[in-house]
Amino acid sequence: MNQIEHYLIKQISIFSENRPGRLAAIAQAMQEERINILAFSIAEADGFGVVRALVDHSERAYHKLTDMGFMVSFTDVIAVRMRDEPGGLYEIARILGDANINIEYAYAYTGKDAAVLILRVNNARDAIATLLKRNVTLMESSFFK
Amino acid sequence: MKCWDPRIEEIPKEELHRLQYRLLKTLVYKLYSLSDFYHRRMKEAGVHPDDIRTLEDVQKLPFMYKSDLRDHYPDRLFTVPQEELVRYHVSSGTTGKPTVVGYTQRDIENWTNSLARALVSCGLGRGDVIQVSYGYGLFTGGLGLHYGAERIGATVIPTSTGNTERQIELMMDLKATAIACTPSYLLHIGEVAEKMGVSIKNDTRLRAAILGAEPWSERMRNRIQEWLGVKAYDIYGTSELYGPLFTECHEQQGIHIWGDLALVEIIDPETNAPLPAGERGELTMTVLQKEALPIVRFRIGDITTMRDDVCACGRTHPRITRIEGRVDDMLIIRGINVFPSQIEHTLMGIPEVGREFQIVVDRKAELDSLLVRVELTHEAFSDRIKDLMNIRKKVAERLQSALLVNAEVELVEPGTLPRFEGKAKRVVDRRKL
Repeated sequence: MNQIEHYLIKQISIFSENRPGRLAAIAQAMQEERINILAFSIAEADGFGVVRALVDHSERAYHKLTDMGFMVSFTDVIAVRMRDEPGGLYEIARILGDANINIEYAYAYTGKDAAVLILRVNNARDAIATLLKRNVTLMESSFFK
Repeated sequence: MKCWDPRIEEIPKEELHRLQYRLLKTLVYKLYSLSDFYHRRMKEAGVHPDDIRTLEDVQKLPFMYKSDLRDHYPDRLFTVPQEELVRYHVSSGTTGKPTVVGYTQRDIENWTNSLARALVSCGLGRGDVIQVSYGYGLFTGGLGLHYGAERIGATVIPTSTGNTERQIELMMDLKATAIACTPSYLLHIGEVAEKMGVSIKNDTRLRAAILGAEPWSERMRNRIQEWLGVKAYDIYGTSELYGPLFTECHEQQGIHIWGDLALVEIIDPETNAPLPAGERGELTMTVLQKEALPIVRFRIGDITTMRDDVCACGRTHPRITRIEGRVDDMLIIRGINVFPSQIEHTLMGIPEVGREFQIVVDRKAELDSLLVRVELTHEAFSDRIKDLMNIRKKVAERLQSALLVNAEVELVEPGTLPRFEGKAKRVVDRRKL
């Protein structure tokens, strides 16, 4: 059980109006705090959006952005290492689908030496257990620090 | 103390009506002979003071409008010479020229006593520390409350508006038990206090708030009471009626209008016909004992209803329900009447959105559009776009069913909608541009 917690990664999610300069304000704040953004995506709806990011100092990012008046929350995501070849994504998606775990959103992280898929699923702990059982490599949260 | 002046506050209704009739009759005779304006208006309406034989005959008298005060700027409606005046107040000229009101010593006395009765009915008195955070100066709010609070023997902190951090420090240091300000300013004070790490509820002695000068809703009252740990009382008045002068009592069941000072009518704004108690219409007042600037059948433009039953507190005077909006605030959107207060009332019932909102009315391709911008609360923020879309949909559906008009809803970042220290201005009507 304890092992599973290691694979829960704290993503920060930021509510943002869909207008020029909002992403720049967020990015500038990260620069000022010397926080590195490791992976990142923007989900957009009509008029607003949610910026999601994995950063190396999530608590510090949370406080900085909250102080600036942004609405910020933490979300648990998992990071799955994919085989960097045809069928790599299919393998992960199939395992989760078979286990009836729903992927709510996903985005990619192509770091140093790995292709990593960041996933938000409806049940992160079940997903971790399922993937580990099938010998899929998950990145520990410490990987992003 | 239960009543400041029990002899008048608990007067039997019959007796109150006789008193009102006597005062009205005296007023009309006086104006007919003293005031060119009223003499001419009464002649035009074909009514003579002798025609006033019952209290209901007030309906024969002509109406008076805000424009009459503006047209006779600055003091041509006054019926006493300047040396009889002890004070002027001037109302903000948001829609043209400002209006000037004047007071004799006796006018100030009646105003002060009206507020003394009102504040005591809210459970305040000697020993209370009342922070007056209405503007002092040309606006009637600050000085009016100040005199009333001193009259009942309370201690006044005359903070006026602005410098909110300092207001909160003084509130704590001087142990304020009550505050008088606009409801939107109290919300602002609450937010600033939280940022300073101060809980109004737990860290101050504040237990009552006298709130007015702008329309607010019952739900906003509930929020303020729960959040700040105070009893919130509605206060009513306009500069033409001295200033703020009537409040709810501790029962919080409508604003007591002291009948010896004012005669209330509710008028249908479309037909000008008087409406019976319980029907919604335009508040119209005759101030019975005013000396410097007489006010007869003044169409205030505020929308309310009247009730004439005796209050549970024992006071016999008529009451009005909270102001629901202004006749001239009414927005007509695709032919349907919409009051900003209805929008506020609807939003206050949705926990996912914050206390501030903005209404933007526009015209796109010959069709009116209504946009309501709301701030999401921290608790409601979800990382899932679908959840956010659902909140927006919920707000739009609630507005649609309350207003019967389709409203577009925009979720905005917290703290980005304008905050107001005085009267809130939440409507942007781009159709006029």
